[in-house]
Amino acid sequence: MQPALSFQSNGQAIQAHEYAYQACADQAAPDAAHHPVVIIGAGPVGLSLAIDLAQRGQRVVLLDNDHRLSTGSRAICFAKRTLEIWDRLGVGDAMCAKGVEWSVGRVFFGEQPLYTFNLLPEPGHERPAFINLQQYYAEAYLAVRAAQLPNIEIRWKNTVSSLTQTAQATQATPGVRLGIDTPDGPYSIQASWVVACDGSRSPTRALLGESSHGQVFRDRFLIADVRMQADFPAERWFWFDPPFHPRQSVLLHRQPDGVWRIDFQLGWDANPDEEKKLENIKPRVDAMMQQALGHTVPFELEWASVYTFACLRMDQFRHGRILFAGDSAHGVSPFGARGANSGVQDADNLGWKLDLVLRGEAPATLLDSYASEREMAADENILNSTRATDFITPKSEVSRLFRDATLSLARDHGFARKLVNSGRLSVPSTLRGSPLNTADVEAWEGAMVPGAPAADAPLLVHGQAGWLLRQLPDAFVLLVFGNVPRGLEALGLPVVAIGPGSPCVDAQGLATRRYDAHAGAVYLLRPDQHVVARWRQPSVEPIRAALRKAQGAIA
Amino acid sequence: MNEALLQCDPNLEAPDDFYQALIDAHRDLDASQSQQLNARLILILANHVGCQAVLVQALDAARANTMTS
Repeated sequence: MQPALSFQSNGQAIQAHEYAYQACADQAAPDAAHHPVVIIGAGPVGLSLAIDLAQRGQRVVLLDNDHRLSTGSRAICFAKRTLEIWDRLGVGDAMCAKGVEWSVGRVFFGEQPLYTFNLLPEPGHERPAFINLQQYYAEAYLAVRAAQLPNIEIRWKNTVSSLTQTAQATQATPGVRLGIDTPDGPYSIQASWVVACDGSRSPTRALLGESSHGQVFRDRFLIADVRMQADFPAERWFWFDPPFHPRQSVLLHRQPDGVWRIDFQLGWDANPDEEKKLENIKPRVDAMMQQALGHTVPFELEWASVYTFACLRMDQFRHGRILFAGDSAHGVSPFGARGANSGVQDADNLGWKLDLVLRGEAPATLLDSYASEREMAADENILNSTRATDFITPKSEVSRLFRDATLSLARDHGFARKLVNSGRLSVPSTLRGSPLNTADVEAWEGAMVPGAPAADAPLLVHGQAGWLLRQLPDAFVLLVFGNVPRGLEALGLPVVAIGPGSPCVDAQGLATRRYDAHAGAVYLLRPDQHVVARWRQPSVEPIRAALRKAQGAIA
Repeated sequence: MNEALLQCDPNLEAPDDFYQALIDAHRDLDASQSQQLNARLILILANHVGCQAVLVQALDAARANTMTS
């Protein structure tokens, strides 16, 4: 019997860990047992959603067709917004304690450094722009957190074999009937809602006869995750056309445990099986180290993979009572770290909405806003990812001509550096135009428009150093700068006040600046910390109307 | 209306001088080097123009002539 995983488990233990298949009472039940929510897929997205729902008091069944966590490092770049969401879910500290923080990217062309960029140039944020962390650590910490929550039941080696949406008119309890295969044979359950977080090859999507649409790129990339002693800084290094790998690109990232992610562009004609062999990886890594460090470095190969990618998505993320989140719903190229990060944002967006619907406090149509908001976010991610890929992998002679012209100008001309695209790295979507937003009626400056994710800022909390986002409850909340206007208590909402006489004081003035709140302000924030609406002269009725709209009330 | 418009009326200070300078810039370059020069020149001039609406009109104008010729 293996010991249970913990926040202290090492990478070897995590990768070797096998969760036991356990028969459950549903398998012996004469009639299909009913569950409020069934999540398919215990990856970063499914686990994040399960934790969010469980923290809100929902019972969750999480089905996974395997009994292990991620094989290989896979996704490694977790963005600031993901870490802030994971803070809310109780795992941000564990992720950041293990992960390698970075904010700086460095771009090379040929032998020459071209420029650097800083993804978080301003101080006053709790979380860095990114951490690098092997996906198996991220999944393990989420699984450890899930195990702390008694209302999450993970059923390993439970493979969904059929889904049938039961029509509302003919069934007492509308929902989805799931057929499930196990080592003990098949059984069935009923669910009010099903969320498919089962990855880019989503079996759920196939069972529904749905597909994703988009662009497949004709290029191959080799990931070599190598363990070695090398003193590159904790930065993202990207080479266009380096002498050690001519005509192609190379990406270098530092991970925990002395592991380095090296990503070699190979071209479409490369043979995936050959390229994955150590004997073929070694000369590539040796040439790179010889060039970059002046000598080769002994290394162990931790994981290798040759991949292709596509930028695509499902037309709709909601199909009745079945919802899609993460890679099952949308796919991007890895350049920009927009895959896992956008998937965790999907979970963040869906958790509170599904909770309100399950409680009967919001109509099921609120979930249409999950679909529309995250479809829009997926389009933004796909656009950024496609543009980066077009730059890295030019698809025509003229595309390569302009790409090379841009690179050759970038050394001497600042404007050309703005055109160089080695990946536009993941930032959360501002949900402009969301049906849940209420438009400004006053003039405002800055980024905190309706739909924006709330910015963090340092505060003094009861005289101690603290952070704004950490003060927010997992609920709709009024964020008040200055005195709390009289009468707002009638709304029955939690209030976080910043100002003299409140526990939270904006000693550095950064919160006030980021929220354009010099003259006082009241922000209504959603449970996922996105801005609903804001007022300089607040009164109860407009706030109540904005709240009802954000909770999906049909006008 | 304050809409930016692509300047299509004569605007060059010294048209013949510019044209000669353009051709001279390509002297002794092979076809591939000339293509590189042209690409860089387009990027440099585009940055000088700056305005996206004007650049899109310029692209449309250039492509329209290509399609009809």
